[in-house]
Amino acid sequence: MEAAREIPRARYRYLLDRERLLGPLLISPAIGYILLLIGLPLLLAIYLSFTNAISGQLSAQFVGLKNFQTILADPLFFQALKNTFIFTSISMLIVLILAKVLALTLLKSFPGRPIVRFLILLPWVAPISLTTLSWDWVLGASNATLSTINWTLRAVGILGPQDWIWWTSYTTPAMAAIILIQVWRLLPFATIILLAGLTSIPQDIQDAATVDGAGFWRRLFEIILPLMLPIVAVAVLFGIIFTATDMTVVYILTRGGPYNSTHVLASLAWQRGIFGGQLGQGAAIAIFLFPLLLIVAFFMLRLARRTEVA
Amino acid sequence: MPTARVLRWLRSRFPLYVLIFLFVAFAAFPFYWMTITTFKQDEDLFHVATDSKYNPYRFNLPPTLSHLKQLIFETPYFTFLRNTLFVGLLVVAITLLISVPAGYSLARLLGRWGEQLGIGIFLTYLVPPTLLFIPLARLIALLGLSDTLWSLVLIYPTFTIPFCTWLLMGFFKSIPKDIEEQAMVDGHSRLGAILKTVLPLSLPGLLTVVIFSLTLVMQEFVYALTFINAVGKMTLSLGVPIALVHDVYRWGPLMAAVLISSIPVAILYNLFLDRFIAGFTGGAVKG
Repeated sequence: MEAAREIPRARYRYLLDRERLLGPLLISPAIGYILLLIGLPLLLAIYLSFTNAISGQLSAQFVGLKNFQTILADPLFFQALKNTFIFTSISMLIVLILAKVLALTLLKSFPGRPIVRFLILLPWVAPISLTTLSWDWVLGASNATLSTINWTLRAVGILGPQDWIWWTSYTTPAMAAIILIQVWRLLPFATIILLAGLTSIPQDIQDAATVDGAGFWRRLFEIILPLMLPIVAVAVLFGIIFTATDMTVVYILTRGGPYNSTHVLASLAWQRGIFGGQLGQGAAIAIFLFPLLLIVAFFMLRLARRTEVA
Repeated sequence: MPTARVLRWLRSRFPLYVLIFLFVAFAAFPFYWMTITTFKQDEDLFHVATDSKYNPYRFNLPPTLSHLKQLIFETPYFTFLRNTLFVGLLVVAITLLISVPAGYSLARLLGRWGEQLGIGIFLTYLVPPTLLFIPLARLIALLGLSDTLWSLVLIYPTFTIPFCTWLLMGFFKSIPKDIEEQAMVDGHSRLGAILKTVLPLSLPGLLTVVIFSLTLVMQEFVYALTFINAVGKMTLSLGVPIALVHDVYRWGPLMAAVLISSIPVAILYNLFLDRFIAGFTGGAVKG
């Protein structure tokens, strides 16, 4: 009796102990999920961009490059492309400069540092769809006479007593507001990554350089910056992805307005594809985010390989 | 002498404190603003529009709880909260079930392939919802899941699994191999060794994955906006900005909703932030 029960169990155990089998077995659910719900949809996105698919109707005809011809003839598409580029590049530039200063500041010890850290991280860790709403209120986007920012600018004399900035009613202030919120949200993320890089630079290298007579600036440019390059690259690559593909801030703050002037590729794709039901056109617009993704992935891989060798 | 020293100390520290104050003010201002809005009376909130001498930064009238009460009793806030928790817990469960074996396999069983495959899986985290929402909307419609919470339960693991698998791979690698080898010498199978030694040791890692998945679910907006139309099926991050905002903005209850929804997420996320960042930076800080 005993022996009979032992044998199948032993074989079962033997099977699971074969690592050649167990390894692929354990990884396959993850690979399956990713292939089915990321890989397949990516291909489906490319396919849809060549069809006249509309929502609510499952049949779709292949229409070749027609969607691309339509969007390339549409000034709104180029506006969205330009905006995506402007929002991403300007906010990343500001974020990098501010994050560097903030990281160097947080490196020092001062009383209340954990609380300061928590407060500075808040914009990154709180849901952006909710905090954009509170920016709407702070800016008075829906009613300039209630804008705290306007009130403060008037109180310190930058604006005259009857001057109001209608933050989301005109293109320039609306774009400035979107960049402001993107900077606000990404600054903590970039800072904390740079901080991780700064603290990983061995103190003895810096000390040795100081002993050898290197001043602060020399240390900054010849030791700290070169050593931090990979980590700055991580912050920039993620920052680009997070900003360029984000549609939450635009959608909640301006809905692409005034007069569709603040759309980005993502929000325009949503507007056309989901709100307007033109899935094919929406997919064609979203596809233009793909090259950016490939470039970022390429640099990520290079970064990963370089650190592996080192 | 002591005063001179204090002065000198102050002068050397002063720029630091000014910098810190400016950064904190920038980062925390909207949170200060939603807090003060939540507890201000409506007259106090809207008076500033007509009187430019009226200081909006402080309570000019006594604070009130009426906005919180309005939010809880007159809006579907609790429905949003329940939906969020429902989706969140299921997504956490799916993520754990799939990422733990995957992470272990990458760290221990697949050898040199593990590292490459791990990076590959991590890269899929970079594929943004904005590239996928159109095909996924199609897929969700085909499956008959439009306007259900199950659509979110199915799709949210697409961004939790890649990142969590990557996190767990790093975590399992940091556990010494000897411990499970010893358990296997003692007569446990590989699976037994994993259950008896590796999982208990990686509780902090598992907890990180739970919190990370939960906070990502609470932050997600684009997929929810795409798949969900019915107010009764909305999550917090969708329902508050979409369904609580009407033609007339009721700023008091709205800011109350933003405040009590975002602060718990922020605290949870913050507790585990260093681990998430280690995941983002991956190898880049090793050297």
